Amino acid sequence: MKIGAPRETIDGENRVAMTPASARDLQKLGHSCVVEAGAGEKAGFSDALYAQAGVEVVKTAAALWKAADVVVKVRPPSDAEVKRLTEGQTLISFFNPGANEKLMAQAAAKGASVIAMEMVPRISRAQKMDALSSMANIAGYRAVIEAGNNFGRFFTGQVTAAGKVPPAKVLVVGAGVAGLAAIGTATSLGAITYAFDVRPEVAEQVESMGAQFVYLDFDGGQQDGAATGGYAAPSSPEFREAQLKKFREIAPEMDIVITTALIPNREAPELWTPDMVAAMKPGSVIIDLAAEKGGNCKLTVMDERIVTDNGVIIIGYTDFPSRMAAQASTLYSTNIRHMLTDLTPAKDGVVVHNMEDDVIRGATVTHAGAVTYPPPPPKVQAIAVQKKEKPKELTPQEKRDREVAAFKAQTRNQVGLLAIGAAVLLGIGLVAPASFMQHFIVFVLSVFIGFQVIWNVSHSLHTPLMAVTNAISSIIILGALMQIGSGSFLVIVLAALAVFMTGINIFGGFLVTRRMLAMFQKS
Amino acid sequence: MDFGFTTAAYVVAAVLFILSLGGLSGQESAKRAVWYGISGMALAVAATLIGPGAGLWLLSLILIAAGGLIGYQLATKVQMTQMPELVAAMHSLVGLAAVFVGFIAHFELVRVLQMLSELAPSLSESGKLLMLEEQGVDGFAALLAHKSPVEQSILRVELFLGIFIGAVTFTGSVIAYGKLAGRVSSKAEKLPGGHALNAIAAAISVLCLFWYFNTGGLLPLALMTLAALFIGYHLIMGIGGADMPVVVSMLNSYSGWAAAAIGFSLGNDLLIVVGALVGSSGAILSYIMCKAMNRSFVSVILGGFGGTSGPQMAVEGEQVAIDADGVAAALEDADSVIIIPGYGMAVAQAQQSVSELTKRLRAKGKTVRFAIHPVAGRLPGHMNVLLAEAKVPYDIVLEMDEINEDFPTTDVAIVIGSNDIVNPAAQEDPNSPIAGMPVLECWKAKQVFVSKRGQGTGYSGIENPLFFKENTRMFYGDAKKSLDELLTKIT
Repeated sequence: MKIGAPRETIDGENRVAMTPASARDLQKLGHSCVVEAGAGEKAGFSDALYAQAGVEVVKTAAALWKAADVVVKVRPPSDAEVKRLTEGQTLISFFNPGANEKLMAQAAAKGASVIAMEMVPRISRAQKMDALSSMANIAGYRAVIEAGNNFGRFFTGQVTAAGKVPPAKVLVVGAGVAGLAAIGTATSLGAITYAFDVRPEVAEQVESMGAQFVYLDFDGGQQDGAATGGYAAPSSPEFREAQLKKFREIAPEMDIVITTALIPNREAPELWTPDMVAAMKPGSVIIDLAAEKGGNCKLTVMDERIVTDNGVIIIGYTDFPSRMAAQASTLYSTNIRHMLTDLTPAKDGVVVHNMEDDVIRGATVTHAGAVTYPPPPPKVQAIAVQKKEKPKELTPQEKRDREVAAFKAQTRNQVGLLAIGAAVLLGIGLVAPASFMQHFIVFVLSVFIGFQVIWNVSHSLHTPLMAVTNAISSIIILGALMQIGSGSFLVIVLAALAVFMTGINIFGGFLVTRRMLAMFQKS
Repeated sequence: MDFGFTTAAYVVAAVLFILSLGGLSGQESAKRAVWYGISGMALAVAATLIGPGAGLWLLSLILIAAGGLIGYQLATKVQMTQMPELVAAMHSLVGLAAVFVGFIAHFELVRVLQMLSELAPSLSESGKLLMLEEQGVDGFAALLAHKSPVEQSILRVELFLGIFIGAVTFTGSVIAYGKLAGRVSSKAEKLPGGHALNAIAAAISVLCLFWYFNTGGLLPLALMTLAALFIGYHLIMGIGGADMPVVVSMLNSYSGWAAAAIGFSLGNDLLIVVGALVGSSGAILSYIMCKAMNRSFVSVILGGFGGTSGPQMAVEGEQVAIDADGVAAALEDADSVIIIPGYGMAVAQAQQSVSELTKRLRAKGKTVRFAIHPVAGRLPGHMNVLLAEAKVPYDIVLEMDEINEDFPTTDVAIVIGSNDIVNPAAQEDPNSPIAGMPVLECWKAKQVFVSKRGQGTGYSGIENPLFFKENTRMFYGDAKKSLDELLTKIT
């Protein structure tokens, strides 16, 4: 099959859905690749680089759409592009199917299959093609960089000869992939980072990235993210009130606010109200990553940087991934490549659109002339339902009780074993002659010593232990030595053989042990 | 020299042996401990040679020297990876020696009893002994002559046991050697009839014991020896290669008990003490191994995995391969690395390459550690010895319990030729044959690389879901070749 990547038609979109590297991998799957001239120019991949990777470069978009069996794109197709789709052609790109019903219907009417990258289900097997996450990761990182660019101070607190600089305080609202990436970037730049999310279970992730989780004074009604595939769902009015109250309280302290709160297929919730903006210090920066869906702050203007009356900068760019086009293209093209790997199970260059596969079914929005959106829920639960039971913290009293009980059990055990052992010994002593008992006591004591000593041998020395015990067990040579001088020829021969064999064992065993131990060394 | 001196020497030797085993609690003290063992052995042999009962000591010395020469050759030539075989082979020598010594004891007993019965019945006890000494009966035979009838019966039981255990140890060790050296198929194989054959052989041995106890004849003894040789052979043949660590330490234990039993029949306390030490040490080692595999000792000995109910969990997903470049790149980025070696590393002789990799990564300031599962390899502590041979510092080689908690904070885990010990099915699938066995939780690391020869299942034939996990990449190829290729990418 021929896989083609056209130049993105929307202004300001710098990404490309196929890089020379991903094209090489696609060719390994048995596909051939084609790009429109200049497709990768803005992401830093020249046509020459593509040609080097064995990719055919065609002059116009029309030629590309005609040549390719599978078209890979970044942005949702325009009306003109949908019109170019042909029967049996496959389009893989972002599609925004929730708001693009007309285009979807058109594509279906054309008989083309459309795979929408944002519809890849959130199951662990599909993570490698989760383009939303890889783009969000870039967006989170870039948001902090963008904020730093607009923020007039250091992120790190410094005490210098020229005066003291307080550290910047960054609040990240919404700890999804983008939020977590932003937290990581902000903390590594040295800012004091706070984060909030409606899903309390992400507190752990937030703290693992080095930020403090902002807890609300609110009990009950917290949602469990597992039920919604790991995404946030709308919250109750009471919860929202508590949340806004907390934000109002901390707004004056914050230097940089990065909002990332999105709810799938809905307008972005308003989380940062105008009065909070008014309470912020001049020079503070708000980065609204939800600008495309209306913004978490209603003052945000999509795709623009504005400055409020009190000097707060609000940035509503929606093209953060595109601003890092090289990186974004690399990641996105890898996602696309993984999707094609799944679509080419035999690696023979033949695309098999398997509608039984959870991932492919979930992402497909039109297939075989019909609209297949929305998909049925995946058979595999995205995130295992968390078990809430935590082991109860023991009070000192309980701990003490438990220790005492364990000690008692141990004592009982030991005393029992001792009693049984003593009884057995005494029983044997009743019948056996004294000379035997003498040896028997020696035997029992040695077994006891053996048990006591061996438990302390460290794990790593088990092989030397075996070699040493093996060498020592040739003590049986004493028996042979005692017998060799007495009796018949047969006895002498047998004893001599025994002495000879144990001789091998003594020297071999000890030498091997020494060789082994000599190798153990400290760093 | 008189008897008192020998006894004194024995006491000193016994103390030295105990210190020798106790010294193995740490790497540094272990080096001293071997010398305790060597001097204990030298003292014991010397004291026996000059003590009462020994004769032909020139011949003895020559034989010991000749044996020592061969032992020296063996021990210096053997490759560290062949250590398991060597230890198993040497166990068989001890077993065979125990059989010989037991038979000699039997012959001597018969001879002395015959002499006694030929003497005039009118003589008193002490008179009889004097007569015997005049006829040239001394040493061990004289000791026998002192025994009362009850003691003689006990002696029979003791030497019978000594021969039985010795014979089982002998054939068992030979088979274990064959399996470890790859000369006998390492699969669990049984003759038709399975354990029933073992049971019959054991029953024959018990019958022989009563027979011998009553008659003292050679025939039951010989018959039992054959049965015991068969048990040793068949028992070990029926145990799969993966259980070999347990088997070797079990045979180690047997050789100890055989020595102890012979010690009883010869009335030699030092033999008893050392036999008991070795026996209990082997038993504890076997117990530790079994516990590490979450298997009962009985099920290991009887061979094969215990029956499970229900089908095993199906494994979903695919095995994603990676090449040396990918592994090298991930290692460059990683701060902390844990390497999990297994039998595959030993087979491929890759320990030197692993060591070199460790050295280079550590030179870059990365934390590199080794996680050793208690049953990794074919011998307890097998991996430690191999890594030590390759000069991997032992303080970065950690055991399972010490390191298992650290996997979630680890960037890269490298699995080299191990399979069952990193199988998550042990925790996740209650129907897995290895369910409940403690395993190294390497899949909790951010990324896992598995160096493996091919896609097949491991020794136990159990599918390993680790290979299908999202964060696992398969680095196919012979472990040594793969690592050498990797080394060219990491400078």
